Amino acid sequence: MTDLATSTSAPVGTPAAPQRARSGRGRRVAVGLLAVVLLAVLWELVKLVVPDTGGHVLGASVLPRTDDVAMPHVWTIGQRMLEPETSAVGSPTVLSAMLQACWFTFRVALAGWVLGSVGGFLVALLMQRWTVAESALLPWVVLSQTVPLIALAPLVVGWGGRIHIGSFEWQRWMSVALIASYLAFFPVAVGALRGLQSPPAAQVELFRALAAGWSRTLLGLRLPASVPYLLPALRLGAATAVVGAIVAEVSTGTKGGIGRMIISYAQSASGDPAKPWGAIVGAAVLGLVAAGLVSLLGLGLGRYRHAEVS
Amino acid sequence: MRDTRRTAWSVAALTVAGALALAGCGSSDDGDTPESTSDMSVDPLTPIKLQLQWFTQAQFAGYYAALDQGYYADEGLDVEIVEGGVDIVPQSVLADGSVDYAIAWVPKALASREQGAEITDVAQIFQKSGTLQVSFKDAGITTAADLKGKKVGNWGYGNEFELFAGITKADLDPATDVTLVQQQFDMNALLGNEIDAAQAMTYNEYAQLLESTNPATGELYTADDFNAIDWNDEGTAMLQDAIWANSEKLASDEEYQANTEKFIKASLKGWIYARDNPEKARDIVVAQGSQLGNSHQLWQTNEINKLIWPSPDGIGIIDEDAWKQTVDIALNTKNDQGATVITAEPSDDSYTNEYVEKALAALKDEGVDVTGTDFTPTDVTLEAGGK
Repeated sequence: MTDLATSTSAPVGTPAAPQRARSGRGRRVAVGLLAVVLLAVLWELVKLVVPDTGGHVLGASVLPRTDDVAMPHVWTIGQRMLEPETSAVGSPTVLSAMLQACWFTFRVALAGWVLGSVGGFLVALLMQRWTVAESALLPWVVLSQTVPLIALAPLVVGWGGRIHIGSFEWQRWMSVALIASYLAFFPVAVGALRGLQSPPAAQVELFRALAAGWSRTLLGLRLPASVPYLLPALRLGAATAVVGAIVAEVSTGTKGGIGRMIISYAQSASGDPAKPWGAIVGAAVLGLVAAGLVSLLGLGLGRYRHAEVS
Repeated sequence: MRDTRRTAWSVAALTVAGALALAGCGSSDDGDTPESTSDMSVDPLTPIKLQLQWFTQAQFAGYYAALDQGYYADEGLDVEIVEGGVDIVPQSVLADGSVDYAIAWVPKALASREQGAEITDVAQIFQKSGTLQVSFKDAGITTAADLKGKKVGNWGYGNEFELFAGITKADLDPATDVTLVQQQFDMNALLGNEIDAAQAMTYNEYAQLLESTNPATGELYTADDFNAIDWNDEGTAMLQDAIWANSEKLASDEEYQANTEKFIKASLKGWIYARDNPEKARDIVVAQGSQLGNSHQLWQTNEINKLIWPSPDGIGIIDEDAWKQTVDIALNTKNDQGATVITAEPSDDSYTNEYVEKALAALKDEGVDVTGTDFTPTDVTLEAGGK
């Protein structure tokens, strides 16, 4: 295979290059952890500085209350996570219940992300192939994201509830995955389109001069060129898929996931304030993990990532 | 070079394969959904779906008890209980045909009827309203009239009309005489003294207050620390949890009519079980995966029982006076935006006692106590955080 597309890419790696990349990755992980610690410190600092009743300007509340009910100490939250959920016999700890819920939501979000990414990419291909399709579809793609999720969720559940094909019956989690895919689809469609259109005219013309067809140009030129655009889009898609899954769970009352857990735990927000925060921490970690996993995708695509844009 | 490319493809392929495998696993989770054990009977059971208004909790103990004790199966029904969510409107789900029955508050269901949902109240489970307006004792708010000049929390979204009717009845103007505050679903605003009176359900938010620690004493708050306005006493209570059925099918489908009677009968039996065995009913609900604590669920079971029993006419009968009061308030009380729940009298098929009467007769034949005349609530001690 000729390497026209990447002939202009970074110089052939010197032995030191992978080394540098690895230490850079290590530093990024360290910085990430530091950010988490900083957040915890900031939390405690706010608790210390802002009065318990919150900040008020002319009677209007501008800063939230910081008493132990509204903002429990970081260590209280940590400790609560290690205690059982309820006093029922055999009740799991908040942490294990949370991890289980995260795992459920993760799988649903993953299904949504895969569906959304494939869908988004196909739409991008369509729009790249025919300019008419781009003019026709792009406004709809943008418009699709202005429909509020909470308006959409009950509709999807309603439609899904009536689908019975043979022994196949639509499950609630499928509605959630569908809603997650709806959110993930947008960044991928837009990012992939930009990526596919990114090769400069000179390169496209060279392919044309060599009598390469559309599919040949796609495989040899456009796909490799789209990688730097696609990876950030996929990462963004993963984060939005997780958000979509969580919101859709809350919205539709789907059992088993972290979104549902946040709401059910919130019912003890006054009496057991550290408990709901445990679930919220779980949701945040889930988003980070999802985005982090997508970065792993980029590992094998290193040679295409010379000019990543986000 | 070729190596990198191959790695790229394998990573991509692995990810996709993994994703599909994991997504496939998702379907194995539906073992959670309650299903009655139907293998024993010879006749196939009729599948029935019941839509709740909220997550699994003791508010729906009777239906879970009926499922657990096999009362539905005894009637030849295979009932699936579908949990609600924040944006799930049970009466809409019922009207669009996704489920067979739904649990909903009467005023909200009446509003949906006016928007075209063809549904009928076939059994009024809760005879009393469970809504309170709670305040700290030192605020001295014991009647609706005392709310004058106070910051009053309410949930909005159609949950506020008993409060507005109470305020109006006390000759106050909801728009000018009280400061209305949109309240969250926890009680932190009241505990933090941001509002003077907070909306609370006897079986949920009020319990949350009693599960919270009083920073002044380090102990839990007690009922002595609070005043509560009970809308049943103020005369502006509206009917709440009822079983709703699809009006169209009720009018034309004979099988559905028969199922409705059976479904009501088994559900009532479940509620009677919850009355006589509150602790067992609580255990059934907890086993269904409620994430609320044990003492909270027992409190809730007990409070729900108080809303149902005693039912002098028999559980589930729609009391004409209570219905009329609900409709009157729904028709005439304006909220702070000047809106009423409904704009015209509901049509005749908005409720019927036909099926619940048949169900009650059948239960009486079985020798079941359907009125609960000598029902006495138990005393439930709440633990910190409701654990």
